Amino acid sequence: MTRRSLLPLLAATFLGGFVALPVVAVLVTAFSDGPAAFMAALAAPAARNAFRLTVATGALVAVVNAVAGTLLAWVLARSRCFGRGLLDALIDLPFAIPTLVTGLMLVILVGPQSDAGAWLEARGVRVLFTWVAIVIALLFVTLPIVVRAVLPVLEEIDLDQEDAAATLGAWPAFTFRRVILPAILPAVLQGALLTFARALGEFGAVVIVAGNIPHRTLTAPVHVFGAVESGDLVGASAMSVVLIALSMSLMLITDRYRRAWLAPRTEGR
Amino acid sequence: MSAGGPARAHRLRDRAARTFLVGSACGWVGLLVLAPLAAILYGAFREGPARFFSSLLGDGGRHALLLTIALAALAAVVNGVFGTLIAWVLVRERFRGRALLNSLVDLPFAISPVIIGFALLLVLGPHGWLGPLVEASGTKIVFAWPAMAIATIFVSIPFVIREVALVLEQADLDQEQAAYTLGAGAFTTFIKVTLPNIRWGLVYGVLLTTARSLGEFGAVLVVSGGIANATETGTLFVFRSLDDRRDLAAYSMSVALAGLSLALLLAMEFVKRRVRRNSGAAR
Repeated sequence: MTRRSLLPLLAATFLGGFVALPVVAVLVTAFSDGPAAFMAALAAPAARNAFRLTVATGALVAVVNAVAGTLLAWVLARSRCFGRGLLDALIDLPFAIPTLVTGLMLVILVGPQSDAGAWLEARGVRVLFTWVAIVIALLFVTLPIVVRAVLPVLEEIDLDQEDAAATLGAWPAFTFRRVILPAILPAVLQGALLTFARALGEFGAVVIVAGNIPHRTLTAPVHVFGAVESGDLVGASAMSVVLIALSMSLMLITDRYRRAWLAPRTEGR
Repeated sequence: MSAGGPARAHRLRDRAARTFLVGSACGWVGLLVLAPLAAILYGAFREGPARFFSSLLGDGGRHALLLTIALAALAAVVNGVFGTLIAWVLVRERFRGRALLNSLVDLPFAISPVIIGFALLLVLGPHGWLGPLVEASGTKIVFAWPAMAIATIFVSIPFVIREVALVLEQADLDQEQAAYTLGAGAFTTFIKVTLPNIRWGLVYGVLLTTARSLGEFGAVLVVSGGIANATETGTLFVFRSLDDRRDLAAYSMSVALAGLSLALLLAMEFVKRRVRRNSGAAR
C-alpha cells in the first residue's frame, strides 16, 4: 500500500523539481513588474525583430524540410540501391552531432576563409552572418524530423496500389499525388510542425553562423541569451514565455493530430 | 506481362524518374551533411595527427573533455534510474495528476536550452528562489559543476522515459502478476521480471541521453560561467577557442565530440538490430 503512493510521489518530485519549478520561475519573473512591463519587453523593436526573424526562418525551414524530407523518405522506402544504408545513417547524423559543432562546420565550409566561401564572395553572394546561414544551420539540425515521421507511414502503404497505378500507365507524378500523398500528408504536416517547434529554440548552431547583428540576424533564443547576460531578467523571461508557449502548443497540436488522424487510418487498414 | 512498346516505354520513363529522385535525394544529403563533415575533418587534421592531439588536449582541453564525459555519465545514470521509475509509474500506476505528470515529460524538448539555463539561474542563482537555501548549505551550485549537472540532466530527461515507456506498454502484464501472485516482492518482481523485459529500451534510452549530453551547449553556457580548467565543457572549450582565434583547437575538440557521439550512434544501431531480432523472436 505504501509503495503505491510512494513511487508516484517520487516521480512527481523529480519532474516537479527539475522541470516544473524552473519553468514556473520563468513565468513568474516575466510578470514580476506587472503585465505592462511584460508587454513593453516584447514590444521593444529588438525583441520584435528577433521574434520575426525566428518565426520566418523556422517557417521556411519547415516548408523546405517537408519537401526534402518526403523525398528522402520515399527514396529510403522504395529504392534498394547500393548505399541506401549509408543514406539512412547519414540522415540521423544531425541528431548525433552537437549543434555548436554544426555551426562551426558551416563556418568552415562557407566562411570567407574557405574556398567555397571565397568563390561565393567573388560573385557577390554572402552566406555567413546572414539569414541564409541561419536557414542552412536549421536545415541541418532538423533534417531527420520529417524523414522519421514519414518513413514508417510510407513503409505501411501497399506497394500494390502504387504498382497498379504505374502499370496502368500513370505518370509517377500522378501516382504520387493521387495514391501516396493523401496517405502520408498527416505525417508530413506533423513532421513540419515539429521541425518548426525545434527551429524556434535552436541556439548552438545559430549563434556562431548568424553574426547576431541586432534587428537583422539576431534570433529570439540569442536575444534571450543577450538579455540574461546583461541582467535584463524581465526581457529574457518575457521572450522565453512566448517561445515556450508557442513550441508547447505546437507539440500539443501534433500530439492530438497524431492521435486523431494517424491512429484510425493505420488501424483501419 | 507482354514486352510490348508502351509497357517498355513506361518502364524506361519510370526508371528515369526514379534515378532523378534518388540522385537529388543523395545530392541534398551530400551537400547538407557530408560537405560540412568533410570540411571539419579536413580542418582538424590539416596539420597532421600530432597537432590534432596537442591542440585537443592542451590549454584546458583535457579537463574540458573529462568534465563533459563525467557530466554525460552522471546524466545517464540519474536519468536511467529516474527515467525508468517515471516510465513505470506513468504506464503501470493510476493516480491523480498522472496526465499533468505525463505532459511534463516532454517539456524539456519543447524549451530552448538557453531558456532552460536561464530558468535554472532563476531558481538556483544568488537571488533565485532557492538562493537562501543554497547559501545556507554552503555549496557552490551556480557557476560550478552542480548547476551544470542539473542543466545536463534537465535537457535529456525525456529520452529514457520515452523509450522505456514504449517497451513497458508492450510488455506482458501477466508475467509480472504471476511473479507477484507467487509471492515475489515488488522489488524482486521488478529485478527478475520487469527489468529483463525493458532492458534494451533502457539501454537505447541511456545511449540517447549520453549522446545528447555530450553535445549540450546552451543550457550549460548560461549556468557555468565557462572558467577554463574548472567549469568548461567540451562545447564551451570550442566556443572559447573560436573567440580566441585558436581555430585548430576548436576544430579538434569538435571532431572529438562528434566522434564520441557517432560511436554512440553506431552502438544504437547495434541495439536497434538486437531489439528487432528479440521482438521478432518473441512473436
